[in-house]
Amino acid sequence: MKLKNVLNSLNPFYSCKKYSIPFWQCPSFVFLLMGGFIIVVILLTYFIATAEIGNPKIVNLIILGIAAFLIMIDYIITKSFERISEAYQMKTEFINIVSHQLRTPLVNLKYSLSSLMHNTTAKFSPEQLEYLNIFKENNQRMIDLLKNLLTLVKIETKELSLKKEEVSLTEITKKVILNLKSQLENSNIVITLKTQKNLPKILGDLYWIEQIIKNLLDNAIRYSLQGGEIKVRVYFKDKKVHLEIQDTGVGIPIEEQKYIFQKFFRSENILKYQTKGTGLSLYISKKILNLMKGRVWFRSKENKGTTFYIVLPPIFYKKSKIILF
Amino acid sequence: MPKILLIEDESALQKALQSYLEREGYEMVGALDGQIGLELAEKEKPDLILLDLILPKINGFEVLKKLKENSLTESIPIIVLTNLEDLRHIDEALKSDIKAYLVKAEYTLEEVVEKIKQTLK
Repeated sequence: MKLKNVLNSLNPFYSCKKYSIPFWQCPSFVFLLMGGFIIVVILLTYFIATAEIGNPKIVNLIILGIAAFLIMIDYIITKSFERISEAYQMKTEFINIVSHQLRTPLVNLKYSLSSLMHNTTAKFSPEQLEYLNIFKENNQRMIDLLKNLLTLVKIETKELSLKKEEVSLTEITKKVILNLKSQLENSNIVITLKTQKNLPKILGDLYWIEQIIKNLLDNAIRYSLQGGEIKVRVYFKDKKVHLEIQDTGVGIPIEEQKYIFQKFFRSENILKYQTKGTGLSLYISKKILNLMKGRVWFRSKENKGTTFYIVLPPIFYKKSKIILF
Repeated sequence: MPKILLIEDESALQKALQSYLEREGYEMVGALDGQIGLELAEKEKPDLILLDLILPKINGFEVLKKLKENSLTESIPIIVLTNLEDLRHIDEALKSDIKAYLVKAEYTLEEVVEKIKQTLK
């Protein structure tokens, strides 16, 4: 992977392809062309000037010609830099539009619906209430989708800023489980949490770690059939803090396992049970964990269940401290 | 009856929050831009201010600064309720003494009201 990056940085066409700029306008290509041209022309001028020493007009003309050509190339380079910065500007504007212009009406709708449904003096028929709940649910789905899309763009443009906080994986996991209590009870799922004492804390962004665990647990609940069991374990192993979420759900077919962390991927057998979801959460989780120097992977067997694993590096790891764990 | 000043330019949100909070027993005062917000903060002396950050005339960050500089309004607790969620915006707002920074898309109306109740306790 690293070798590929080095090769790409040496390839003058790679960045142009990335920014969708034709190669003759691509700064790295035009610089190369200009360098080659200068060497050839200077050599030629040297030979012509030596041969035509008695005719300074020709030498002057050649020099003028070179200057004109270099000005032309300079112009192309400046134009292409302008195009790159324009593209960058458009991307930033797009993010701005998505995050504010589109979000504002969705949030207005969310708060208005909550206020309407909270009003006990307004008596809604069961059918009206059902519709209101449909509005609410779909509105929330759009808000979540927007959030995921925004995070995706921020990750891909390397603009996602993550905090560095001391985080206890055990504490966050407990909190997330507590928040999912009613969902667990509704699905008739038993959840158990096993932790080790004196686990070291990890360094990461509390908000995102919580979101990732919530998302994995949410998946485990959604893809478990009624009456399933979810086992959560937090432990220290191989100098890292591990979190394991094991479910007895529908599992992921072996032929689809390699696509699980790709963006917009949704497993065929999962679609049979759940149509909701954007296919972005796992991709985002993996990217964010990588940014925090962590990892995520899974083992799954169709109709048996899936286990997701997260590892994160602890803070202040010292050899002598291992004895404590 | 505790009085809340809501500085928010979205009239839909003004209506939703006002009627919810009135039902919860609060007296509500609303401002649709930063300038009126500052005037009402001085005149009405609310027990709490709910403040949006993207506002016409005077933006929320300015409003925040001015409220804290004015001896008549500096002690009023402020909750920021906004769509801005970049760390640099949050850091900027946290430079002033605020009780909470809530991102609208992340919080439900019930959670916002809960935060208000906690702050007013």
